[in-house]
Amino acid sequence: MTTEPTTPAAPAPAVRRASTRDRAGRIFAGLSTGAGALILIVLAAVAGFLLLEAWPALTAGAEELTSISWIPDDGSLLTYVGPLIFGTLVAAVLALLLAVPVAIGIALFISHYAPRRLSSALGYVVDLLAAIPSVVYGLWGGLVLAPLVQPVWQWLSETLGWIPLFEGPAATPARVMMTVGVVLAVMILPIITAVSREVFLQTPRLHEEAALALGATRWEMVRMAVIPFGRSGVISASMLGLGRALGETMAVLMILSPGLTYSLALLLAGRQQTIAANIALQFPEASPLGVSALIATGLALFVITLAVNMLARWVVARRADFSGAN
Amino acid sequence: MAQRIDVKDLDVYYGSFRAVADVSMMIEPRSVTALIGPSGCGKSTFLRTLNRMHEVIPGARVEGTVTMDGVDLYGSDVDPVAVRRQIGMVFQRPNPFPTMSIAENVLAGVRLNNRRISKADAETLVEQSLQGANLWKEVKDRLDRPGSSLSGGQQQRLCIARAIAVKPQVLLMDEPASALDPISTLAIEDLIAELKNDYTIVIVTHNMQQAARVSDRTAFFNIAGTGEPGRLIEMDDTRTMFSTPSVQATEDYISGRFG
Repeated sequence: MTTEPTTPAAPAPAVRRASTRDRAGRIFAGLSTGAGALILIVLAAVAGFLLLEAWPALTAGAEELTSISWIPDDGSLLTYVGPLIFGTLVAAVLALLLAVPVAIGIALFISHYAPRRLSSALGYVVDLLAAIPSVVYGLWGGLVLAPLVQPVWQWLSETLGWIPLFEGPAATPARVMMTVGVVLAVMILPIITAVSREVFLQTPRLHEEAALALGATRWEMVRMAVIPFGRSGVISASMLGLGRALGETMAVLMILSPGLTYSLALLLAGRQQTIAANIALQFPEASPLGVSALIATGLALFVITLAVNMLARWVVARRADFSGAN
Repeated sequence: MAQRIDVKDLDVYYGSFRAVADVSMMIEPRSVTALIGPSGCGKSTFLRTLNRMHEVIPGARVEGTVTMDGVDLYGSDVDPVAVRRQIGMVFQRPNPFPTMSIAENVLAGVRLNNRRISKADAETLVEQSLQGANLWKEVKDRLDRPGSSLSGGQQQRLCIARAIAVKPQVLLMDEPASALDPISTLAIEDLIAELKNDYTIVIVTHNMQQAARVSDRTAFFNIAGTGEPGRLIEMDDTRTMFSTPSVQATEDYISGRFG
């Protein structure tokens, strides 16, 4: 209401400067277009590399493939990669299920509940979680967390063992998918929290006041105005987290006792394995054809990640009319 | 359904800054009271104290009493949430919830008070409220479209429908037409004239003609200078205020000599 009108620039220099400004504009447009194109080129290059390197394995006959020690006896790449895809998805989905509610809770607390000083400190601590290298998470998960959670998993399998997910007896040490899920959840927590927090903070004050003026309590206001407004942002944040969980290698490798089955039992050892951890595990001793087979599994991971992201885009776009962006 | 509001010796503070000083006024039921005055004179701040919305801003507080129906709205046992359910508010910029459809917007307040409303009741209420806000004819075929798909004037009437759907006693309007074109403004003014049959209405406006057209009583707020609190200068029947005000400042403001 009290903004001062900006003093208009003297006309003569403004006209003279137009050409240099125009050039700056063109350079900037070129740079940003270049950056946009670069990402596409990199993506295409990665896809090309994966296809090229995987090609020998993809076209190899069954007899050739069975020569690789860890390829199943039927010599089919599909039978090999199937359980790996399954294990990767189980790990990532489990991590997401554990992390998203916590992340939304922390983000809401920081954006709408905590006193200002506490909220910035808390935001900083959460961001710090992202700075820890994954190998440290792996060590911590295997050496500290696994023994710590073993009694909990034990209890889970004893009380909820009738659910296939919690089939017992829980393995000792707890080098199982459930432990991996917890560690991955901690690893993807910072990114989901940070993005959600920013989105929640951007809820228009007008919408918050609309809810409050209708007689909403703080929680009702959050549910009515803040969460629906941030919904698409939270989905995007979750997809960023999911992407990280899908590709996480070190932590899984160091914690999980691997196995190649389609098993949903989260508390049993030697049931699942993820693509990324499997590549890291087998790569050092693989023959050339073995490397090619491993890269073929990497191609599968690439496709999964792409599909997951497209699915998320579709979910967000489906209700674009109601997003508040218009 | 309409209640008298009695304000006594009200001071409003933002932290240690006193924004509004010493306001006493009686707001009559089933009438329109207009609050006018130059920018920064505290009329919007005062309006927001009537339903305790100013408390949303950290550090804001009041001294004095606001009584409605014999209850001090600032009593220690009074929940601001309950106050806001009795005293609805319409804002300067239309603010329907963008993530909700037109019908959901109307029902938003009701869903807070009473989760279990039958489908038939909900449909009736949506129709009643939208008709009450003169919007039904325009939107009845697209109730499931987002509220943000409407024009600005329609959105503002949707907000009024949302406010009256919870059947409040009082309706506060903070410059409800200042962001709208003349046609939409007219629609809102006509609506205000109808709504005063059922509700006590308090409206803040910068538009003197609007105050003269829609209100029964007018209160003039003024500010002595920057950093000084806003004060209620005088309050009278609108006709008197616009013809023979008793304070010189009022006449100067109304005749456009300042502000």
